Amino acid sequence: MFRISGWSLIRLYTLLVYIFMFAPIVAVVILSFNPQQFGSFPMQGFSFQWYLKLVQNEAILSAFKNSLLLGSLTAVTVTAVAIPAAMAFVRYDFPGKNTLNTLLLTPIMIPEVVLGVALLLFIRWLQQPKSFLLLLMGHVVITLPYVLLVVQARLVGIKRVYEEAAMSLGANPLQTFKEITLPLLTPAVLAGMLFSFTISFDDVTATLFWATAQNQTVPVKIFGMLRNSISPEINALGTVMIVLTISTPLIAGYLIRKFARGGTIN
Amino acid sequence: MQKSSWRPWALLAPSLTAVFLLLLVPLCFIVVYSFWLRAPTGADIAAFQLGNYKKFAADFFYPSILLRTIRVAFETVVLCLLMGYIPAYFFYRSKTRHKSVLLLLIMIPFWISFIIRTLSWINILGDTGLINHVLVRVGIISEPLNMLYNEGAVLMGLIQYLLPFMILNVYVSLEGIDKSLLEAARSLGCTEWQAFREVTLPLSLPGVSAGCLLVFVLTSGTYLPPMILGGPRNEMIANLIFKRVIGTLDWPFGSAISVVLLTLLIIIIYTYNRYLGINQIFKSLQ
Repeated sequence: MFRISGWSLIRLYTLLVYIFMFAPIVAVVILSFNPQQFGSFPMQGFSFQWYLKLVQNEAILSAFKNSLLLGSLTAVTVTAVAIPAAMAFVRYDFPGKNTLNTLLLTPIMIPEVVLGVALLLFIRWLQQPKSFLLLLMGHVVITLPYVLLVVQARLVGIKRVYEEAAMSLGANPLQTFKEITLPLLTPAVLAGMLFSFTISFDDVTATLFWATAQNQTVPVKIFGMLRNSISPEINALGTVMIVLTISTPLIAGYLIRKFARGGTIN
Repeated sequence: MQKSSWRPWALLAPSLTAVFLLLLVPLCFIVVYSFWLRAPTGADIAAFQLGNYKKFAADFFYPSILLRTIRVAFETVVLCLLMGYIPAYFFYRSKTRHKSVLLLLIMIPFWISFIIRTLSWINILGDTGLINHVLVRVGIISEPLNMLYNEGAVLMGLIQYLLPFMILNVYVSLEGIDKSLLEAARSLGCTEWQAFREVTLPLSLPGVSAGCLLVFVLTSGTYLPPMILGGPRNEMIANLIFKRVIGTLDWPFGSAISVVLLTLLIIIIYTYNRYLGINQIFKSLQ
């Protein structure tokens, strides 16, 4: 009897935690349809007017363009950098391996606010203006550890024998990688790209240090719009972000599974 | 494992260059700049003096913000642990077919923009927010309660941001427990609760401590929740850095505060690694 009641308490508790996590997000979505000038309860009807306003807002559209471009470039760059590093850590033995592996993961533990100041200071010392390139480089550093972890974990699971077979049949290391390892690694590569895209797309803490009026991302734009109160327009923009950031991994997850079906042999 | 003298280094070159140039060198710059002088005109003068650190320690204002940061981070850790352990345990023990969906659900806030999640609390806690609206409507109160711009609101934002990290860390370490140990404990006569206390709980501690460290580190370096949900009396050290660098462009002082924050975290992470090992943290992120 105790077991049942104890378990149902645990279930109830978990449910409450879910409500805590999701209530604010749901409120954003609901209030984005509130036609009232101030984005607050009670609801005074239902309207799409704030979404229409968003679409007509040049600054927001250009921020969206920036964010998408930045996220995509970050994803491509960081994956191109992380795959060889993961290969080195998983497939080779060399002095200082563990230290270097930890070093490449440290950006996770460095507060973004410090990273933001540090990189900006460096750029200033080089007498370079803040630019899109700065944002890209910063985002690459922020996302590198996550992508490295994902790719490394997958690489550990790919058996060496496939690569050895290819090598013994006369393929050189590059050919082996291209024909054997990379196809097997595809799900992790896609997951890593997606992960880095989302982190880049959402980042605000460090990005606020690096962004300029010309190079605004969507979160930076939202930060700028947010003074004292929260307008229904922000709720609408938030809803767009929520839908985008939730649907991307879900769609990609589906695609990855579809992709992986052909390629998994481990 | 292959042995090759140059190949691993060639493979590592891009990532090491990136981390070296974009992280290590800039961090050295922060340290160097923290000793520089700021001229009254606003220009930075190269120097070696402890003025910025003395200014930080001079009156109680700055140290009190540092102490508050530590306290709030500590509170966030405790609350995340209280709110996170039970759901993680639920995922671990649950036999429902929808387990993966439930896990995915708790991951979703991860994906949602931090700034949206932070400001979403205004819709809940604000004067015209959900809670006040319901309470007034029901008639429990006549005037809206002030729930925003205090430490409680900041904590709400922080917990919502960091709870998934805690749940995930605890869950990963629970999943790693050999279930036959539990069965052994049960067959030897332990009650469900005893088996939990003697077997599951101790074995989940690596995940718990990893989650705590991660939450502490991430809290102490964030400025958004205090800025959006807190008042002037809830500012944390990251807010100070943001204001000094973005607001008053006082680079040397901003750098000095960053060094203070970094030193605090290095001490904590070093101590943690010494006794518990840092690698557990990276496990959950895979």
